[in-house]
Amino acid sequence: MEVPYIVKEREDTGLINSKLGIWIFLASEIMLFGGLFSAYIFLRLAAPDILITEENIKPGFQVGEFVFAFKYWASELSVPLATVNTLVLISSSVSMVMAWASLKLNDLSKYKMYMGITLLCALIFLVIKYFEYTGKFHHDIYPSSSTFMAIYFTLTGLHGIHIIGGMIVMIYFWLPIGNKMWDSQPELFTNRVEVLGLYWHFVDLVWIFLFPVLYLL
Amino acid sequence: MSSEHSTESIQDHIRVYLIVFGALAVLTIVTVVASYLDISTSEGIFLALIIASIKASLVAGYFMHLISEKNTIIWVLMLTVVFFFVMLFLPLISYTDQVHI
Repeated sequence: MEVPYIVKEREDTGLINSKLGIWIFLASEIMLFGGLFSAYIFLRLAAPDILITEENIKPGFQVGEFVFAFKYWASELSVPLATVNTLVLISSSVSMVMAWASLKLNDLSKYKMYMGITLLCALIFLVIKYFEYTGKFHHDIYPSSSTFMAIYFTLTGLHGIHIIGGMIVMIYFWLPIGNKMWDSQPELFTNRVEVLGLYWHFVDLVWIFLFPVLYLL
Repeated sequence: MSSEHSTESIQDHIRVYLIVFGALAVLTIVTVVASYLDISTSEGIFLALIIASIKASLVAGYFMHLISEKNTIIWVLMLTVVFFFVMLFLPLISYTDQVHI
């Protein structure tokens, strides 16, 4: 059975079903991440000040001073790595939208190039994240180490899972098994890539908020 | 964005995408620089969230095509934003636990 309204728009919504579907899914994603952001805000509001002693001193702090717990633990994170990751993810968003535009211009080879760049950016993001995580583990820092680290690993971990999910779909659409649809149903394939793009831009959008909230504040 | 797009309009879109990309990269650097400014924590939070919101609007507006999207999607999102803020501040109800009436 053919799925209705995935090439031609429905008269009542003015949309193809797949686009409305992905937006409703993204709405549920906003609530998922929203719940965790809410948790972050309330954990931060309730976080205490830590007295710096000889035992718990870290670079940038002095013995005897009181430091806000979230600031103290956030000092463990690498701002340069996260900045690079932000730029990498923004680049992947642009290449994703360029991949879709290439299909609109009937250029499959350019589509493959841009989709390949998007995949590469996603992979670079994950590799950097891997080094960030293992760097923490080598310093004996785990989600159980503090409230900040618990919410840090939860938020970035959930975001990382979204990156992996997006990559799986990207690989499928990048390989011949996925993009052979271009030959038989080019419009449907273009719509699929657009829907994937909407998901991917959302993943970028979440990171745009995660970056300052976890690393900079 | 559906099939009615001509080659010229797509090429216009591509120009806009590249401008937005430049703006997002610059704003990312601005966010990092702003975090080193000698301002209070609340001012820092305000500034960082303003910049993040501008970046998010650029992504949603241009990459996700929300500026030219159908009303059905705009309404779905507006409803989501309302519920998002309701959920965000739902835990505030716990403060009523402290009120002894």
